[in-house]
Amino acid sequence: MSGRERQARTDLGRIEAEHVSIRLGYGAEAFEAVQDVSFAIEPGELVCLIGPSGCGKSTLLGALAGHIATSAGKLHVDGAPVAGPHPDRGIVFQHHTLFPWKSARDNVAFGPKMRGIGKVERRRQADEILELVGLADFAGRYPKQLSGGMQQRVEIARVLVNKPRLLLMDEPFGALDALTRIKMQELLLDIWTRVRTTVVFVTHDIDEALFLADRIIVMSPRPGRILEVIRVPFARPRATEIVATPEFGQLKRHCLELLHVRSDSAPLTRLSPLGFDTGQGG
Amino acid sequence: MSARRSLLDSIGATGTAIFLGAVGIAIFLSIWTIASHSLDSAVLLPPPLTVLQTYGGLIADGSLAQDVRASIVRVFGGFLIASSTAVPLALLLAYSRILRGLVMPLIALIRPIPPIAWIPLAILWMGLGDPPSYFITAIAAFFPIFLNAFAGGASLQDEHVNAARSLGATPFALLKTVMLPSALPMIVTGLRIGLGQAWMAVVTAELVAAQSGLGYMIQISRLNLETARVLVGMTVIGLLGAVMIGLIGVFERRVIVPWHYPR
Repeated sequence: MSGRERQARTDLGRIEAEHVSIRLGYGAEAFEAVQDVSFAIEPGELVCLIGPSGCGKSTLLGALAGHIATSAGKLHVDGAPVAGPHPDRGIVFQHHTLFPWKSARDNVAFGPKMRGIGKVERRRQADEILELVGLADFAGRYPKQLSGGMQQRVEIARVLVNKPRLLLMDEPFGALDALTRIKMQELLLDIWTRVRTTVVFVTHDIDEALFLADRIIVMSPRPGRILEVIRVPFARPRATEIVATPEFGQLKRHCLELLHVRSDSAPLTRLSPLGFDTGQGG
Repeated sequence: MSARRSLLDSIGATGTAIFLGAVGIAIFLSIWTIASHSLDSAVLLPPPLTVLQTYGGLIADGSLAQDVRASIVRVFGGFLIASSTAVPLALLLAYSRILRGLVMPLIALIRPIPPIAWIPLAILWMGLGDPPSYFITAIAAFFPIFLNAFAGGASLQDEHVNAARSLGATPFALLKTVMLPSALPMIVTGLRIGLGQAWMAVVTAELVAAQSGLGYMIQISRLNLETARVLVGMTVIGLLGAVMIGLIGVFERRVIVPWHYPR
């Protein structure tokens, strides 16, 4: 099923960005990390942001989470401007941000605890979500006692327990080994079909983006701008086998070209003859 | 080499530690005995056996228990004053850049002053008796607790803060549910060191400013040339200090920050 079909079931989680710029740093060291970026993401869509290191993709995600302020433009979620962090916009990072002093269960129960939900109920909710990510048997373990992949699953669970409108993921599987990574990608798609939330996923791995996304937003090196928005046409549910299809290779080559053609000096080949939509910068 | 290793392996790590510790103490006691016999002076150095007999006498007449109680009460009094001020202050300073700028230079200036140098002021302000001892032990315990708690508070990771805020934590909840627990391992380290310092300082304070306690007992015995009593006082201090610090260590691993020592 595609993002558009999902939209019929839930209408929360719409992102609108219009001419968004983000400046980072202070004084003489300030620089524009994101420059004049516009796009729209539909509720329930899974969109990947790719680009070279330092292209501002993580900054943009941080702005969506509310940890970083925009310096210009309009950044709205469901019609309201993003102002500070909120459990509706959960974020999962590459590096572990689990609280080492809490068990997996109590880490997941943190969000409900902040909402004032009682101990019994919030632990029940936590166990339910841990079951969803396949960690029912590890609820009592401390983060240090879990593998990297398991820790990332707890991170995802800790965000999902808040039933967020947006699930923001900042290279969440970047630190995992290849095999675990593929498993996590499949798990994410599986969870996503069940919880139907908007996912914005930052990665620099083109394969990962093509495997996961409805659409891919390709960004340029600093200052980050949108080079192209690519619609990924593969039917869902997807299996890892799609990586071997010619279409996949075609799209991958196109992404590589985009990322290597660093500036917008040379006109980029359009993919329309192959039937792929190449909406430019939303 | 291999034969020795296998001998130690056969009694296990804990057994080895206890065995070697006991041997070390036995060697020390033998040297002490030999030394005291060759010196042959009960004033310069009484043998361990005499000290042990003196222990018996002081325990029997209840005076040792009284002195120990007086000292322990002072140690914990000063320690409580120190920890209840040092921990909140340290976390507050770790949290607020302005307060940090205001207070840290002052701390840096006061910290090098040894507790013993505070004794004259303490006696002038509070007279002889219990209050100066509380004051001195509190001063001694304050800085290790403060510095460790501050380091703990300052080691707070941005990722934890961002994650907590994304999950809906208010500033107060951040302090209580993120900053405090993440600083806790270092706070406990500070408490352990602070207790050791307080225990050492109480003896110093009692040597000068008190009318009871182990320090006072050592001082009086010195004036009476009762060296065996002095040694009783010293060894009791050593034993109790080691036990207290050991207990905090166990408490730390089992109760306060078990997640820091996963098994």
